[in-house]
Amino acid sequence: MSTIKLTVNGKAVSAEVEDRTLLVNLLRDHLNLTGTHVGCDTSQCGACTVHIDGQAVKSCTVLAGQANGSSVTTIEGIAKGDELHPMQAAFRDNHGLQCGFCTPGMIMSAIGIVHRHGGNLDEATVRHELEGNICRCTGYHNIVRAVLDAASRMKVAQAAE
Amino acid sequence: MGVEGIGASVVRKEDKRFITGKGRYVDDVKLVGMTHAHFVRSPHAHARVKSIDSAAAAQMPGVIAVLTGSELVADKIGNLICGWAITSKDGSPMKMGAWPAMAPETVRFVGQAVAVVIAETKNQARDAAEAVAVDYEELPVVADIKAAIAPGAVQLHPEAPGNVIYDWHIGDQGATDAAFKSAANVVSLDVVNNRLVPNAMEPRAAVADYDTAEEHYTLYTTSQNPHVARLVLSAFYNVAPEHKLRVIAPDVGGGFGSKIYIYPEEMVALWASKKVSRPVKWTGDRSEAFLTDAHGRDHLTHAEMAFDKDNKITGLRVKTHANLGAYMSLFSSSVPTYLYATLLSGQYNIPAIYAEVMTVYTNTTPVDAYRGAGRPEASYLLERMLETAARQLNVDPAELRRKNFITQFPHQTPVIMAYDVGDFNASLDSAMKAIDYAGFPARKAKAKSEGKLRGIGLSCYIEACGIAPSKAVGSLGAGVGLWESAEVRVNPVGTIEVLTGSHSHGQGHETVFAQLIAERLGISINQVQIVHGDTDKVQFGMGTYGSRSAAVGLTAILKAMEKVEAKAKKIAAHQLEASEGDIVIENGEFKVTGTDKSIVLPMVALAAYTAHNLPDGMEPGLKESAFYDPTNFTFPAGTYICELEVDPGTGKTSFVNFVAADDFGRLLNPMIVEGQVHGGLAQGIGQALLEHAVFDVNGQPVTASFMDYTMPRADDLPSFKLSHTTTLCPGNPLGVKGCGEAGAIGSSAAVINAITDAIGHNKLEMPATPDRVWHAIHG
Repeated sequence: MSTIKLTVNGKAVSAEVEDRTLLVNLLRDHLNLTGTHVGCDTSQCGACTVHIDGQAVKSCTVLAGQANGSSVTTIEGIAKGDELHPMQAAFRDNHGLQCGFCTPGMIMSAIGIVHRHGGNLDEATVRHELEGNICRCTGYHNIVRAVLDAASRMKVAQAAE
Repeated sequence: MGVEGIGASVVRKEDKRFITGKGRYVDDVKLVGMTHAHFVRSPHAHARVKSIDSAAAAQMPGVIAVLTGSELVADKIGNLICGWAITSKDGSPMKMGAWPAMAPETVRFVGQAVAVVIAETKNQARDAAEAVAVDYEELPVVADIKAAIAPGAVQLHPEAPGNVIYDWHIGDQGATDAAFKSAANVVSLDVVNNRLVPNAMEPRAAVADYDTAEEHYTLYTTSQNPHVARLVLSAFYNVAPEHKLRVIAPDVGGGFGSKIYIYPEEMVALWASKKVSRPVKWTGDRSEAFLTDAHGRDHLTHAEMAFDKDNKITGLRVKTHANLGAYMSLFSSSVPTYLYATLLSGQYNIPAIYAEVMTVYTNTTPVDAYRGAGRPEASYLLERMLETAARQLNVDPAELRRKNFITQFPHQTPVIMAYDVGDFNASLDSAMKAIDYAGFPARKAKAKSEGKLRGIGLSCYIEACGIAPSKAVGSLGAGVGLWESAEVRVNPVGTIEVLTGSHSHGQGHETVFAQLIAERLGISINQVQIVHGDTDKVQFGMGTYGSRSAAVGLTAILKAMEKVEAKAKKIAAHQLEASEGDIVIENGEFKVTGTDKSIVLPMVALAAYTAHNLPDGMEPGLKESAFYDPTNFTFPAGTYICELEVDPGTGKTSFVNFVAADDFGRLLNPMIVEGQVHGGLAQGIGQALLEHAVFDVNGQPVTASFMDYTMPRADDLPSFKLSHTTTLCPGNPLGVKGCGEAGAIGSSAAVINAITDAIGHNKLEMPATPDRVWHAIHG
């Protein structure tokens, strides 16, 4: 057992966990942040994607201990109160989700894509960069539209700041 | 159409919780004192269980119990069943082998459960399951259809000689043979419909809670049809009496058919919660999903089509073998029969059809309905046949189809279905225009000059949705009725709750169903709450599958709503001292036509509940329910056209364009309808190019993870161009047909027809991987 201390969605947290505990299990089982999902056991589906120190990471590939001392942001931590993150709003407005299970991971990955590419996104880039996230409902059509839409919304928001 | 009424692309009410991480799926449920289950599974495809030694496991940290199949038998827990009886040609009933939830004696597929460990934590349960020692005696294996029916093949079930479950037929053999005798041309084709794994992104899960004082069970489960789960668990599996069992299907992360069935794990969790007198959670991992979720498709078919000298189809003869796996899943028997062969007339006027279907047992995961369920297999066969015929007869594939389209409705096919309405030329025209069909030869020539093989492929599908009149399905062997139920409750403050037996696991019911109420009353969808997925709240329901929720489920809501409106009008008329016939409902008010007198909905509702001043003899309250049983299936249809390029050097295909023209009747929310089509297309294209559940000769699954089974990813797919043509369904008052499965039904043939067009011959099976395509080109 180890004591893990980290910052999650801006709050300092600590938990006593088995050494084999994955970050995703720390989030879901110990911190009750069940928005981060587990869709596979081979780090393929991306439903568990969170941000560690600003980088999009599959939280099933990280031991909780490896995240010790880091700052983790989950799907629960990206809206500002009632104001949705532009990526969340774009997924809703473009019907980029159906069952909602892959959605948190998609949104966290997509924010990472926009951060990496800035405004220089096109459909082919988005499709390539989304390779690590599997959706069975949408055929990706509206997810791609949502990411492109959010990229321009985030650019506008950034320009305004 | 109001801004939130029927036909408006309203953004979804349910999205906020999903995009903020507040969805509540079964694995998110935590109960006080909850334990965790992990199953011990067979590593062999066929073996006798000689002994199970759980002594070491029972001593491990946190272990509460290790339970086996013999304890299930001792507690008189029933075997899993198939609920649709099929009769063979010779009049004999289908041969159903026994399927215990945990195998006490024989395992018949890799992954079949033999024991379960219940422990304090998930890791403790998993560790202890590793320590359960099972002694197996391996038996010979039949891993595919050909092996199952080979002379001398090992017998899987004593009930099924020769591993044959049934040998069924439909249509007129004599008339069909006569058509072939007089045919000017005969086209024949062999096709394989590859086995698929549904892979809803949320793995199956169950949280079972037994209340020892009340002797009452609660089961949270990943179900498309919680009431059916409750019925089957009580009436057939004997786990809990129906009045002492509450089944809750909260947010469910996709189904595609795989969450219709009541599986061993959910049933064992429920039973185990009583054994250990504590809540039990089981959450499958993806490997368990690959091993135990019902798979789809897996047909081998030989077919022949007869044409007269004018290229009119005169007959169709089909012989299909279907693999149902090691056991008969809940609706497995209906899929390759009444959901498949009844669609073999397609969009075409075919005077004579005869189809034979033999289903077999193999040492593989059970197979059941997966998105489309039988209809994709029928559509794929017919549309490859039409394409093959066009090339053999040297006519344009679009024109051959057009020449044979059914144009008069209603149309009785030779295989049970009576098509009510359609306009197949309209959807063909729309798709051909969208893809610039006329310009294709020039594009093909240009691609050739660049060293690429370009192809175009059509698929004109029809399907049957809204399953269906209970009397009709009952006469065909269904063990249940297939109506839907609904209740509309107007609260005393005028807000509305709609309780529906349909279940939403991605379809957007919370929005679309609210749009109907908004349309009828002229109120906002935010005043309407849709309640589903809980047997303690909803009176009854048959659930969501077969694209039935709009045509059947929403019509049930409409019927209940009409009763509510009728009563509300009586109350309004009484309050306004007007004649009931003069009351109209507009913008949330009940108005007396031709006057300025009106009363708002909340005042009508309040009057209903205060009951101080109601018409004489009227019961208080404003809440009505309805059960709706349709009179026919609905028949969505359309044309999909795929244009792609093949790189002859690598065998890789690249999409140029994919267009879909669908006729779904009235569109309730076009945004949601298009989303359904996109998802269906991805699954059909996935089948055509990527997906294949493979077992080796020993019955070992070799594609049992996302590392090995190729799921469609964003860069495997194009953006789609959709269009709609409309003939309103006359069978329901909404005029809707159903849109959930069309994409998966129609798209795979379009892709394969395009590739075979590109490479110049049709010796190609799905999935058309670069390796297969390269070999098809180069031999």
